[in-house]
Amino acid sequence: MADLNIRTDAVDVEQIMRQIRARIESKRGVDYTEEQIQELASVKLERFLDPKGVRSNLVEHFKRARDRKSEPFQPEQYGVDANDLYGSSRGLIRFVRKLFHPILKLLLNTNRLVQVLHQQSVINRLYEQEFHHVREKSQQRDEVDVLYYELVHNLVLELTRVGIENRNLKMRLESLSSRMDFDERRARALETVVQYRPGTGPSREPQPPRARPSHEDRQAPQSRPAPPPAPEASMAQPQAAPPPDAAPADAAGESNTARRRRRRRRGRRGGKGRTPGELMASDGTAAELGSPDDSPTPPHGDPTGDAALDEGPDADFGDGSGEEPDPSAR
Amino acid sequence: MKLAVVVQRYGADINGGAELHARYVAEHLSQHADVHVLTTCARDYVTWRDEYEPGVETINGVPVRRFRVDHPRDPHVFGRWSNRVFHHLHSHNDELKWLDAEGPKSTALLRHLRSPHAGYDYVFFFSYRYYHSYHGARTLPSRAILVPTAERDEAIGLGLSPRVFRSVRALMYNSHEEMRLIQAVSGNHDVPSTIVGIGSEIPLRTQADRFRKKYGITGRFALYVGRIDQNKGCKELFSFFLNGLSSLPKGLQLVLIGKEMLPIPDHPRIRHLGFLADQDKFDALAACDLLVMPSYYESLSMVALEAWALGKPVLANGKCEVLRGQCIRSQAGLYYETQAEFTETLRAISESRGLNAAFSANGRRFFQQHYAWPVIEQKYLDILAQLKEADARGACIRGMEPEPGWIAKRRKSLPPANDVLAALPFGPVLN
Repeated sequence: MADLNIRTDAVDVEQIMRQIRARIESKRGVDYTEEQIQELASVKLERFLDPKGVRSNLVEHFKRARDRKSEPFQPEQYGVDANDLYGSSRGLIRFVRKLFHPILKLLLNTNRLVQVLHQQSVINRLYEQEFHHVREKSQQRDEVDVLYYELVHNLVLELTRVGIENRNLKMRLESLSSRMDFDERRARALETVVQYRPGTGPSREPQPPRARPSHEDRQAPQSRPAPPPAPEASMAQPQAAPPPDAAPADAAGESNTARRRRRRRRGRRGGKGRTPGELMASDGTAAELGSPDDSPTPPHGDPTGDAALDEGPDADFGDGSGEEPDPSAR
Repeated sequence: MKLAVVVQRYGADINGGAELHARYVAEHLSQHADVHVLTTCARDYVTWRDEYEPGVETINGVPVRRFRVDHPRDPHVFGRWSNRVFHHLHSHNDELKWLDAEGPKSTALLRHLRSPHAGYDYVFFFSYRYYHSYHGARTLPSRAILVPTAERDEAIGLGLSPRVFRSVRALMYNSHEEMRLIQAVSGNHDVPSTIVGIGSEIPLRTQADRFRKKYGITGRFALYVGRIDQNKGCKELFSFFLNGLSSLPKGLQLVLIGKEMLPIPDHPRIRHLGFLADQDKFDALAACDLLVMPSYYESLSMVALEAWALGKPVLANGKCEVLRGQCIRSQAGLYYETQAEFTETLRAISESRGLNAAFSANGRRFFQQHYAWPVIEQKYLDILAQLKEADARGACIRGMEPEPGWIAKRRKSLPPANDVLAALPFGPVLN
C-alpha cells in the first residue's frame, strides 16, 4: 500500500476509501458492480462462439427472398353503366324499367349516379390489390428479418472471435517487443564492451563463446590457471586477433602482459576496480546478469563473459535484473 | 431516585446486544441511584420459554425481579403475522397481534409497573420492538425513557413504533444514524434525547502472547467476534476472504470467535475458536491485526468499540450505515462493500504501518471521548436531571397518543412495513 498517501496525524477515512476505489477502478477499467461482474462471469463464451449455427447458404436465401417479385398491379377494368342499372334477365322487368325510365330520369340524375358507382368500384378494386400487395411484402419482410437476425448473430460471433484474437495478438506483440527491447539492450552493452577492449577492433571476427567465470574466480584471477582453449578456438583465433606479422606465441604473451597490466591498474584503483558484477552482487541482482545459459551469443564482437563482466557498463541493462522480462507480467 | 430498567431477558450469562447493554447501564447507574431490573424468566430469545425462576435475585449488586411469560413464542404464528404486517396492507389490530406473537408477553410485569407501590421515578425501557416497551410506555408515558436499540429492519416501519417514539419522555440513542432513522419515521424532534451508546468493561491488562500460546496461533490475523451467522454477514465474509486469498498479505489468517450457526469453510487460514470467556476475547483483540465486522445491521457494535478501545482498527461492512458512520467519525477503520474493496481495505490496514498506527491512536481517542463509562454515565445522569427539572416545573408531562377507535383499529389502512422502511433515509450521518 505504498501508493496510499497516509499521514499518521491526520487520517481521512473517506479520502482513503476514495483512493482505494480509484485504484480498483483503474485496475479493472470500469467500476462494475458485483452483480454485473457475476453476470459477466456467468455468461458462457461458447454461446457466442458456436460455429454450428452458421448457415453457409445464407446469401442464397437472401437472393431468393429479394428476387421473389410480386405480381404487377393491374386493377380489373369493370364499370357500371345504364345497362347494369336497368337491365335484367327477365324480359317483363326489363320492359317495365324501360317504360318508367323517363319518369325516373325526370326525378333524379341517374347518369351521375352511374358514374359515381363506377368510380367507386375502381377504387375498391385498387384497395383490394394494394392490400394483397402489402400482405405479400409483409410476408417477405418476415422471412428476410429472420435472415437479418441470423446475419447479425453471425456478425456478433465473428466480432467476438476477432476481438479475442486481437487481444491475443496484442499480448504476443507486447511479449515480442519486450523481448526485442531486451535483446537490443544486451547487444548494445556487448558492443560497448568490445569497443573498449584494448587491441580489439570492430572488424574482428566473432569468437566462440567461453564459459563465464564464476564470481569467486573473478575475485582471484591471479591464482587461476588459464582455461584450456576450446577446440574451435584453437582452430580460429584464440584471443583478440594478433597483428599479421606477429607469431602466435608472442601474441599470447602480449595479451597476457596486457591483461596483467590491466589487473594492476584495477588493483591501484582499489574500490573502483570492482567489477560491475561485484557491484551488482551487493544488491543481490547480479546473479543472472549475462548468464551464458540464458544469453544468446551477441551478433559481433568478443562475447567472452570475462570481458563483458570486467568492463561492460551495466547501466544499459536497465533494471539490472538481467533476466528476460516475463511478458505475462505486463 | 428510584429507577427501573425493563428488558426482555437479563442475566450474567446473557450476551445479546440489548440485554448486555441493559445490564451494563443498570450496574453503572446503580452507583448513582436505586436501580431495579424488571425482566422475564426467559433465557432463549427464540422461544421466550420460562427458564429462570420468577422472583427477585441480585446480580452484580443489582436487584433483578423476574416475571413469568404468558406464553412461549409460536414461530409459525409469529411468521404469519410478520408476513402480514411487513408485506401487506394491514390494520392496527394486526400489529398488536404481531407484537403479542413476537413476545415475550408478560402481563405480570405490566401489572407490576402499574401498581402504585412500585414507585419508580423513571423507567428505562430497552428495545422498542418488544411487548414490554410498547405497553410499558403506554402504562407510564410520563416516566418512560426509551433506549430503542433500533436497527434498519422492518419493525421500524410498523405503525406502532412511531407512537412509542413520540410518546415517551426521553430517548437514549445509540448512534447518529439511529437517531435520524427514528426521527424520520416518527417526527419526534421535540422529545428530549441524547446520543449515548454504550461503554465496555475494558480490562486494564491484556495478554496477547498468552492468547497466541493458548490457542496455538502464530502470525498475523484478522478477528471476527460474534455469532457466526448468515444474518451477521459471515457467509459473505468467508466468500470474500477465500476469494481474495491470493491478493491478501501472506499468512494473514481469519480467526473467528463465537457460536457457530453457519458451516465454517474448512481452510487452513480460517480458525474457529468457539465461544470464549471475556478475558480471552480481549486478549484476542489485543493480539489481532484488525477486527472485521461483516454485519449488515447493527445499532451499535460493542465489539467494534472494544477493538477501538484497545487500539485496533476495524474493517466494517459499508452496507451497514451505523458501522460505516462510526468508521468515518472515529477515523479508525475502513469499510467495504465489494470483493475488491474487501481485499484492498484489508491489505491497506494490515500492510500499512502508518495507517495502522493512525487508526490505533484515533480509535483509542474516539473511545475515550465518547464511550468511556464516565462519559456514558454522565449522559444518563444529565438526562435524568433534565427530566427531573422539567417535572419540578410541571412542564412537559406527556401522554400516550390515544388508541384508534373500534373501526379504525380494524381498518386495513396501514402500509406494509417494508414500504415504509424503504422510504427512510439511508447512509452514514457525517455532520
